Amino acid sequence: MSTFLGMPVTAPRGVGHLRGDQSFPDAAREALGNAQLRRNLRHATTTIRGKSGRVIAELPDWQELRDAGSAIKADAMARLPELLEQLETRVAEAGGVVHWAADANEANAIVTDLVRRTGSDRVIKVKSMATQEIGLNEALEAAGITPVETDLAELIVQLGDDKPSHILVPAIHRNRSEIREIFLRAMPGVDPALTDDPPVLAAAARRYLRETFLSTKVAVSGANFAIADTGTLGVVESEGNGRMCLTLPDTLITVMGIEKVLPTWQDLEVFLQLLPRASTGERMNPYTTMWTGVTPGDGPQNFHLVLLDNGRSAVLSDPAGRSALHCIRCSACLNVCPVYERTGGHSYGSVYPGPIGAVLSPQLTGVADNASLPYASSLCGACFDACPVKIDIPSMLVHLRNKVPHGRAERAAMAAAAYTMDRPKLYASAQRAAKLARILGRRGRGLPPPLSGWTAGRDLPEFPKQTFRDWWAQREQP
Amino acid sequence: MSSRDLILGRVRAALRDAPVVPVAPRDYRPAGTNRADLDVLIDRLVDYKAEVYRVPSAEVAATAARLAGDGAVLVPPGLPEEWRPAGAYADDHLTADRIAEAGAVLTAAAVAVAETGTIVLDASPDQGRRVITLLPDVHVCVLRPAQVVASVPDAIARLDPCRPLTWISGPSATSDIELNRVEGVHGPRHLHVLILTD
Amino acid sequence: MRIAFFATCLADTLFPEAAKATVRLLERLGHEVVFPPQQTCCGQMHINTGYQKEALPLIKRYAKTFDPYDVIVVPSGSCAGSIRHQHAMVASAHGEPGPAARSESVAARTYELSELLIDVLQVEDVGAYYPHRVTYHPTCHSLRMTRVGDKPLRLLRQVRGIDLVELPAAEQCCGFGGTFAIKNAETSTAMLADKMTSIVSTGADVCTAGDTSCLMHIGGGLSRLRAGVRTVHLAEILASTEYS
Repeated sequence: MSTFLGMPVTAPRGVGHLRGDQSFPDAAREALGNAQLRRNLRHATTTIRGKSGRVIAELPDWQELRDAGSAIKADAMARLPELLEQLETRVAEAGGVVHWAADANEANAIVTDLVRRTGSDRVIKVKSMATQEIGLNEALEAAGITPVETDLAELIVQLGDDKPSHILVPAIHRNRSEIREIFLRAMPGVDPALTDDPPVLAAAARRYLRETFLSTKVAVSGANFAIADTGTLGVVESEGNGRMCLTLPDTLITVMGIEKVLPTWQDLEVFLQLLPRASTGERMNPYTTMWTGVTPGDGPQNFHLVLLDNGRSAVLSDPAGRSALHCIRCSACLNVCPVYERTGGHSYGSVYPGPIGAVLSPQLTGVADNASLPYASSLCGACFDACPVKIDIPSMLVHLRNKVPHGRAERAAMAAAAYTMDRPKLYASAQRAAKLARILGRRGRGLPPPLSGWTAGRDLPEFPKQTFRDWWAQREQP
Repeated sequence: MSSRDLILGRVRAALRDAPVVPVAPRDYRPAGTNRADLDVLIDRLVDYKAEVYRVPSAEVAATAARLAGDGAVLVPPGLPEEWRPAGAYADDHLTADRIAEAGAVLTAAAVAVAETGTIVLDASPDQGRRVITLLPDVHVCVLRPAQVVASVPDAIARLDPCRPLTWISGPSATSDIELNRVEGVHGPRHLHVLILTD
Repeated sequence: MRIAFFATCLADTLFPEAAKATVRLLERLGHEVVFPPQQTCCGQMHINTGYQKEALPLIKRYAKTFDPYDVIVVPSGSCAGSIRHQHAMVASAHGEPGPAARSESVAARTYELSELLIDVLQVEDVGAYYPHRVTYHPTCHSLRMTRVGDKPLRLLRQVRGIDLVELPAAEQCCGFGGTFAIKNAETSTAMLADKMTSIVSTGADVCTAGDTSCLMHIGGGLSRLRAGVRTVHLAEILASTEYS
């Protein structure tokens, strides 16, 4: 069998939002200088960690649910071709139309064409990572179609001409007074007496979007899951904007990564317990909509499902990296990550920030295009413990670092260090070497780059007079 | 080559190592583990800002009318006659505007999950099409005690995935502003749950 | 018991007091300590920086050096974690099934210091005396890789004269992360700043931990701040007595 036509490929350049303009350390430097941002992030992540911890503690079988979730995802990935074909059959039987998009460009073209054929020049959107990943909004705008984000946080981002910075709460970097300013500046028809009270801000979004919901004929959504054996799709949300988009328009277009498929309806009993508790820290999110194809007389009468690869098959091809596809986008790993808490989501460049983004984005694009992300972690391991489907993110980061193309100077230094450390006599004399002692002994002084970052904020230890090895040897002398 | 065949070919190539996956362990509490506990349901509903009333069937109509305030009560076409308040109007291909102007919508439910405080609608005739519980600002939902199950697995076992399903846990809410839950965005801002005592 | 001692490159070179304290402690408890001189480094820095090929000789060296011993002790949760969770994996990923099997076997006999004391030697009160106000930082790799749990705290609670105070937000990373502290120095410094604030808030004179690497990082920051808090390895506290 010839497989070369079907070799997995990474997501194309020049479209979508998987690659940043800056390396992580450069972008992080800017974020670290923003005191307001750091206060907002700390407040938000501390709040969510507390909420999530409390509702997880209510379940006696949380670890068993994690084990099941992890195994169900591994099973789904191992049987992905058959599950996708089964899903396609079931959706078609229920009156939906299934499209296949090999990459972001093809997905954008499919959606744009579907919207054009309805004659509508506007779509309402329910928050979706997949459509952000492929840059669908830009593609629609280029075709003269206005995409309206209806999720409150996405609306804040869109009106603020900003970028999302968190998977679950894209405007997590904004506090209430900043949100008020954005609404006053950019929300048509807003009450000039608007206060920064959260219920007042939420009510302003409700008024602003109500007419748009009722008059727009096409909606675009993502999906949290798709059930292969029934053809059922689901969207998990809070505000009701999802229900509006999934219920009111004539036409619904759902863009979904191929890894979102679950084998059976029963599997939902696991994920509907894991997702809300791990993500928003609720026993259950306010609204979940599930639909199977088209229901005559109820909801959209035209349903299109766009199945997206865009690098996912490349992720799947690495046995040590493929479990990144198990991610259910809960963002628990962001909320516990000490690096994310200080740098925010924008530093990661990709729509997928935080620990999961640091393993997913480089695999979707190829590590060379996101070479600094696998290093955007202290490997503290908090993400692994928090992940509801037990993705071993630290081990995957280490695996990806081994695939990153290294600079020549670093390569030479690491090779020299390994060479020395593999020769105990050479190693011992290097330990004693006056030169090393002098460099390390310049207490409190700056080291040359790349080590200068270390001494900018910390003193070096005093170099001891005698190594342990020498002490031991002396002690063993009779 | 179609994109379908291209993608499926790529995925098959990606799985060349033929990963062996053991059967998923399901050592969590399966459906049927616990009996449904109404007190737990009420506690969880109230915690997420739904209002709960224990009423006999005969008082459903009056309670719903009162909760609708000055507005009329909208009902699905298949709502039991006994529950229907005087002056209520039924959904019969109504326009969005006519639906939205209701003082309250009154429906039955398919299942309720005690542990999570969730009500599930499945668009049966006594619940109606999805839009009628979305646009009015007040949703009054009647639960028969036998519809209450203990956990999410119990609910999944009872529900028919081929029907459009809406899982509702409290009124519309958002956590998008500083991660604090704020009730009342696009969906109904008030959820009243009437648990029948007979 | 005859215990082979893996000093770790960092303690050997920069923090010999921690290594010497481990030896003194185990000998005081009546055990024989051996230091195989062929040992150097576990290779974790190479593995975690993306140089598995370069780490491979170090992984094999560790396994070969310590294979003759039944019990091996490491005064570092981080190195113990690398030996247990990375060595065999890296060896087998590089097509070395034989060395991978040996690494796995040696890893199963390798214990972090608090594990050795509590699980193998079954002692919680090591007879130490340390009249200072101390706070304990549970390093990330001790906590989430080696999973030593509360064993270091159980040992510390038995120390006479100690005033052990709880560290707020103890489980948050100090920002070291090996070459992370160099490649992402600003982020690392921001994490360190918060850790130091927590440490200073306890009023402790001494911050202790089971890893010299994190202590070097924290100690370097505290020294720059002139905070008046010293960093001391867990082994040094456990080795202290009224007479030392």
